[in-house]
Amino acid sequence: MSALPLILTVFVACAVEAVEALTIVLAAGLTREWRSTFQGMAVALAVLAVVVAALGPTITLLPLTALRLVVGALLAIFGLQWLRKAILRATGYKSLHDEASAYLREVTAAKAATAESRGRVHDWYAFTLSFKGVLLEGLEVVFIVITFGANQRDVGAAVIGAAAAVVVVAVTGVAVRAPLARVPENALKFSVGIMLTSFGIFWGAEGAGASWPGNDAALLVLVPVVALVSLGYTVLLRRPRAARPAAAPASEEVPSS
Amino acid sequence: MKRLRSIGAFWYDFVVGDDWRVAVVVVAALALTALLVHAAGVNAWWLVPLCVFAALGWSLRRATAGTRP
Repeated sequence: MSALPLILTVFVACAVEAVEALTIVLAAGLTREWRSTFQGMAVALAVLAVVVAALGPTITLLPLTALRLVVGALLAIFGLQWLRKAILRATGYKSLHDEASAYLREVTAAKAATAESRGRVHDWYAFTLSFKGVLLEGLEVVFIVITFGANQRDVGAAVIGAAAAVVVVAVTGVAVRAPLARVPENALKFSVGIMLTSFGIFWGAEGAGASWPGNDAALLVLVPVVALVSLGYTVLLRRPRAARPAAAPASEEVPSS
Repeated sequence: MKRLRSIGAFWYDFVVGDDWRVAVVVVAALALTALLVHAAGVNAWWLVPLCVFAALGWSLRRATAGTRP
C-alpha cells in the first residue's frame, strides 16, 4: 500500500486537533503572556515527541498479526467515537464545536486568573493552559501516528503527515492571529472517523485471521461503504428533524469537546 | 490512589469514549471472526464490518432516543 493514504489521513486528523490546540494557545498568548505560552507549548510538544520516539519503534517489534488485531480493534473503537460525535453534531443532536466561542471561554478564564511565577516560568497560568491544551489535543494525534505508522511499518511517513499539519495550522494561525473558526471541523472529523473506522475494520479482521477479497484493494470498497453507511445514518437522523420545523433548538447530549 | 483513578478514567474516556457498548461489540466481533476462521475454517471477513455498522446504528439510536433535536 502506498504511503499517501497514511500521510493524508494523519494530516487531516492532526489538522483538526491542531486547530483546537491553536485556539487554546492563542487565548493564553494574546490574553496572558507569549513567553510562558510558548514554554508550555514547547514542553508539551517535547513530551509528545518522546512518546512517539519511545512507542513507535517498540510497537513495530510486535508480530504483524497481533499488532493488526490490537491496533485494528483500537482504531475501530476510536474511529467509531469520532464518527458517532460527527453524526450527532451534523444532525443537531449535539452542538457543533465552535472555535470562536471556545476561544471566548478561554479568554474570559485567562483574564480572571491571577499571575504567578514559578522557576523560569513567568506566568504559570499561561504555561499550564498552553501545555495542557497542546498535550491533550496532541495525544489523539500521537495515537493515530503510532497505530497507522506501526501497521504500515512506516512511522516516519505518519510523522511527516502530522508535522505538515501542525506547520500549516500554526502558520495560518500566526497570519490571522485569531482562532480558525471557519475550518469545517465537523466535516473533517467525519472524514477522519470514516478513515479510522475503515482501517480499523480492515486491519482488525486481518489480525483475526480473515483474508479480504482482493487483499489491500478491499480498502477501495470498504472506505466508500463506511462513508455511505455513515451518511445514511445522518440522513435517517435528520429526517425526523426536518419533519418538525417548529421543534426546540438542538440540545446537547454531552458537553462539546 | 485518586491520581491512579483519574489516569484510568482519562484513558477510558480517551479510547472507549461515550458508549462502552461499541467497544464491546467490536471486540466480540473480532473474537468471533477469529473463532470462525481458526475453528470452523470460515473466511468471515464480512463479520466485522456488519457488526461495526450495527454497533454505530445502535449507539446513535441510544443517543438520540427520547431527544427531540
